[in-house]
Amino acid sequence: MNKIAKLFVTFISAITLALVSFTSSFAKVEGEYIVLGSAISLTGKYSSNGVHTQNGYNMAVDRINKMGGVEVQGKKYKFEIIYYDDESNPKRAAQLAERLIKQDGVHYMLGPYSSGLTKAIAPVTEKYKIPMVEANGASRSLFTKGYKYLFAVLSPANQYLEVAIDLAVEKNGGKGVKIAQAFEQDAFSQDVRLGILDAAKRTGSEIIIDDKLPKELNDMAATLAKVKAVKPDVLVVSGHTKGALTAIRQISEMKVDVPMLAMTHCDAAKLSKQHGKKSEFALCASQWHKNLSYKDKFFGSGKKYAKDFQKEFGYDPPYQSAESSAALLVFKDAFERANSFDRDAVRDALVDTEMQTFYGNIKFGPGGQNVAKPMILFQVRCKGDDCENRVVAPTKWASDKFYHPIPKWSERS
Amino acid sequence: MDFLIFKAPMLMVQASLDGILLGILFALIAYGMALQWGVMNIINIAQGDLVILGGYIAYTIYLWGIHPAWGVIISPIIMFFVGWGLYKLVINKVVDRDLFISILATFGIAIVFQQLMNFIFGADVVVAQSEYGTTMLFDNSVTLPNSKIFSAFISVLYAVALVIYMKKSRLGRAIRATAQNARAAKILGVDTEKVYAATFGINAALCGIAGALISITLTLHPYVGLPYTVRSFMIVIVAGLGNLPAVAVSGMGLGLFEEFADYILGTEFRIGAVFLLLVLILVYRRFKLSRKREYLK
Repeated sequence: MNKIAKLFVTFISAITLALVSFTSSFAKVEGEYIVLGSAISLTGKYSSNGVHTQNGYNMAVDRINKMGGVEVQGKKYKFEIIYYDDESNPKRAAQLAERLIKQDGVHYMLGPYSSGLTKAIAPVTEKYKIPMVEANGASRSLFTKGYKYLFAVLSPANQYLEVAIDLAVEKNGGKGVKIAQAFEQDAFSQDVRLGILDAAKRTGSEIIIDDKLPKELNDMAATLAKVKAVKPDVLVVSGHTKGALTAIRQISEMKVDVPMLAMTHCDAAKLSKQHGKKSEFALCASQWHKNLSYKDKFFGSGKKYAKDFQKEFGYDPPYQSAESSAALLVFKDAFERANSFDRDAVRDALVDTEMQTFYGNIKFGPGGQNVAKPMILFQVRCKGDDCENRVVAPTKWASDKFYHPIPKWSERS
Repeated sequence: MDFLIFKAPMLMVQASLDGILLGILFALIAYGMALQWGVMNIINIAQGDLVILGGYIAYTIYLWGIHPAWGVIISPIIMFFVGWGLYKLVINKVVDRDLFISILATFGIAIVFQQLMNFIFGADVVVAQSEYGTTMLFDNSVTLPNSKIFSAFISVLYAVALVIYMKKSRLGRAIRATAQNARAAKILGVDTEKVYAATFGINAALCGIAGALISITLTLHPYVGLPYTVRSFMIVIVAGLGNLPAVAVSGMGLGLFEEFADYILGTEFRIGAVFLLLVLILVYRRFKLSRKREYLK
């Protein structure tokens, strides 16, 4: 090795060392900042929802900081988040969680996007005893593992469409209904399915079609042909955005008449925008809707949140953003009640959380899931070619009456 | 196991028609693969991703307010040049190497394409609306989306046009000559380099057409290319190279097989059944070959 090369190597190692020592001193609370960490999907297949999540986090951080920040032991602190892009890849997410904790010294985490990635990160945060408030992992299995440091502001996946079955039974005069269902084979959709099975048992309903959709599938003509033949009272579909879009496309093209159609991910699929009138009358499960009347002092109401979000990011907030913003409110509340930066004190404070946010009431069950907030159902309704989502259940929050049964295709213009 | 289909004859009709219409579309993609496999001896793993890219081109013109059906003309033109460029950039460096290298190279291309599409078009699932309506048969008990009929019709049209072109035109003859014996063709003055580039371009154009049709019949997403690659690979394996009628029949057969597997085994085994069939066919072929060899001994 010649001299210049040697010099170069020394220089590089010096810089690396400096960087490492700098980042590790950049720990949990730095000056007036409370540093949170999050691995988030900014590229890869979850990137659009990843960005919604990040926007939700950022919006809440700005708002809380602007309104005086977090007060701990009489001193005001501000939130700051270190983000890493997990490329929508669970392995990468787990690595990044380690890095956030070990190298960056982060002591409090915010969740990633999707159940799958949350599942990958949870064992890491658990191992290092790092409290994580997550807003986008709804899979039931997250809450049955006995995790002590995981808190989810959203309702678990099995609750997504239970309300829909109750609604169908109610419309059927309290008698059980015939259910046809098609679910993708992934953790989330299968949890939604379990919820339906429970609801069916509870109401004495019968499941007459129970199809599982493979991940790659974008054609469900066979399932729908069967639905046409056996005429169920309710058709339930859950397969992320692809499932929702495929279902509406093929139901309208094959003129499948069902009295009730219940789905997930209509929001993310921008169902009413992409399919217009064809999507009318579809019932969709949602964690949040801007018309709900929950309130808090940071964002005011859901409507106000939606307006501010629109102003900042240029689009209507999907529920993924709203729940992400709520996660920050939960952290702020917990820090102030703990009145300390001790991880376990913060964790204990999180356990005792009981609050209302613009997104809904939040109280954590023993598994870490939010037990205080019901799922809501909205129905796509159109005026001319203009379609929008209107809340129809539960009745307390409903802005519109639930339209039932869905008119036959031959009667629809 | 579900035998509902055998109880309702109309379901059988529905399944068969759905299967055949879908199969014709698969056959078009497979034809492109057979063509460039035969000519260049390259198995293109990026085939499905070229299809999806073609679909996104149609979707883009749909966003501009043009009817997505125009995609079946615009998309292949653009995709031809994409294919040409891809050949000049990557494929020409692997064309004479062994199969494994070309699989690796096209696998790399597939990943790059997926990420690029994700970057440009976003990770959302999208659909283009053709508003073609539905054809109802047998007192509404069998329904066929007109978009599927349209896509089968266009596929057949392009396939026939391509066959005629390959038979009659100068380039077509050059391509066939190169496929038969590249060295001999070269000696006789065929610019094989150009032929290769054109073949890859034509394959990409076929993918473009198929993609445009998928944008109006199914859904698009940057990461759903692989099943199309597998299906076309399977069709080509069954049909053999350079045998267009066989590709068409095997495509429709695969469509039917998928549809019936869906009804009988359940939707979750639909793609799995395709893979299983592929394995069975490969084993059978090997078995047949070994018997022949013994006989020759």
